[in-house]
Amino acid sequence: MKIALSLAALVALALAPFGVSDYGLGLLIGAVTYVTLASGWAVFSGHTRYVSLATVAFYGTGAYTVAVLNEAMPYWLVLIVAGLIGAAIALVVGLSTLRLAGVYFVIFTFGLSELVRQLITWYEVNVTGTLGRYIFLDVSAREIYWQMLALGAATIALTAWIQRHRLGLALRVIGDDEVVAAHSGIPLARTKLTAFVLSATILTLAGAIASPRWVYVEPSIVFNPTVSFLTVIMALLGGANRLWGPVLGAVPLFLAFEWLSARFPDTYPIFLGLLFILVVFALPDGILAGLERLKTRKTEDRA
Amino acid sequence: MTLLAIDHVTKRFGGLTAVNELSFTLAQGEVVGLLGPNGSGKTTLVNLISGDLAADGGRITLAGETLTGRRPDQVARAGVARTFQLVRILPSLSLTENVMIPAVFGAKSHWGAEARAVARDALERVGLAGRAETSAGALTYIDQKRLELARALAAEPRLLLLDEWLAGLNPTELAEGIALIRSLSESGITILIVEHIMEAVRALCSRVVVMNSGRLIADEATETALRDPHVIAAYLGEGTDA
Repeated sequence: MKIALSLAALVALALAPFGVSDYGLGLLIGAVTYVTLASGWAVFSGHTRYVSLATVAFYGTGAYTVAVLNEAMPYWLVLIVAGLIGAAIALVVGLSTLRLAGVYFVIFTFGLSELVRQLITWYEVNVTGTLGRYIFLDVSAREIYWQMLALGAATIALTAWIQRHRLGLALRVIGDDEVVAAHSGIPLARTKLTAFVLSATILTLAGAIASPRWVYVEPSIVFNPTVSFLTVIMALLGGANRLWGPVLGAVPLFLAFEWLSARFPDTYPIFLGLLFILVVFALPDGILAGLERLKTRKTEDRA
Repeated sequence: MTLLAIDHVTKRFGGLTAVNELSFTLAQGEVVGLLGPNGSGKTTLVNLISGDLAADGGRITLAGETLTGRRPDQVARAGVARTFQLVRILPSLSLTENVMIPAVFGAKSHWGAEARAVARDALERVGLAGRAETSAGALTYIDQKRLELARALAAEPRLLLLDEWLAGLNPTELAEGIALIRSLSESGITILIVEHIMEAVRALCSRVVVMNSGRLIADEATETALRDPHVIAAYLGEGTDA
């Protein structure tokens, strides 16, 4: 029943571009992109509670891979290469950092995004001698939307699968207590690395798929740290450890920020900060968990 | 048959030698008490066996298989389960889920209904089967300790390490706890008990090993050890709660 409902919603969303304006399609692409980012982020961070601010490191790497390779090989091959690069970076970074806990991990991932940006800037300036690049690809907005929708749907399906399998239970236990996890026979490093690489691959692919929309890319555009922060707030607002939590957080927040950034282009980061504080204080486990708590409180009142 | 062999194991923390050339063995099915004043290295030894700490020297083997140099999850899958001095349960998960974890990730790799059945058995053995679906955070202290024990049992361990599992219980609970550990021992599990409560040690352990400042000072029958002047001096001489 739930699966049938999800598939029906997916079909409806796939048909949506035929009934909207160009501006509407732009909004749809943005919303689906953030749904994909928030859900992809939650594949690793949702259950383990390792808050990663590296989202834009992978997202930007995806976009940059397309910018560099789009004239050298067919588009589908560029996407595959981008996914592989994202996975490879996650593997190397993960091996060296997943031992870090709590705030050290957060700071490291933030630093990673900056590092990747600075490395690419340095390379472009000193080696290739250009800073910006153009992406002239014959990919229409509709095609981008469909690709992103497919990636988002695949991410949610993957999350549902993980939650029902050993990997999901292992990640939940790691999120609750790593010591208990290890003594119950869960290989910590391998489990965390698997989820981190899966998550990073999705984030990188999202950047690759979104990139033709930009036409012109340079490091300061594609490695914008706001993307990382937005992704975290969206996933946390909805409920990062729930299947539909990131979706529920991403759609309204994306629309809210579109509106705010159009109305208050200079001051809207203030709202971002306030919202961050509000989410952490009022809904630390997200809307879905909050709703469940309300529900149980009501049934308890009745009983 | 020897199940656990500690062979000249040493662990240093900077200048402090917490465990010093320690050797003893546990036979299959034995229940042995690990005694010693606070700071004598008992918990360090438990952490060395379970893989939390890496030994600086010596070897630990389980039924001939080397445990030294392995990670905690590998030691767990080799058949060693433990409880913690400060009880560690996962409060957001149900009792069944808590106990399922080692059934899923342990040596036997159960899944689904099978893992739940193992969990139910383990909960039954500690008397918590009736509350299998409650969340673990709602349990009282003694029941949390029971839950932690059930989780250790669900790993179907060959060796069980109990680190002051009986500490903090009232007299009634203590009697229940002792009976529970005895029933586990009767089912064939080899148990190493770190304990300060002599009543429990007398009731459960036929033999004790006694540590002081990281060294083994006695390895003998419980009654003999508790009258041993070295052991008494170690306890009383260093002003502990024994």
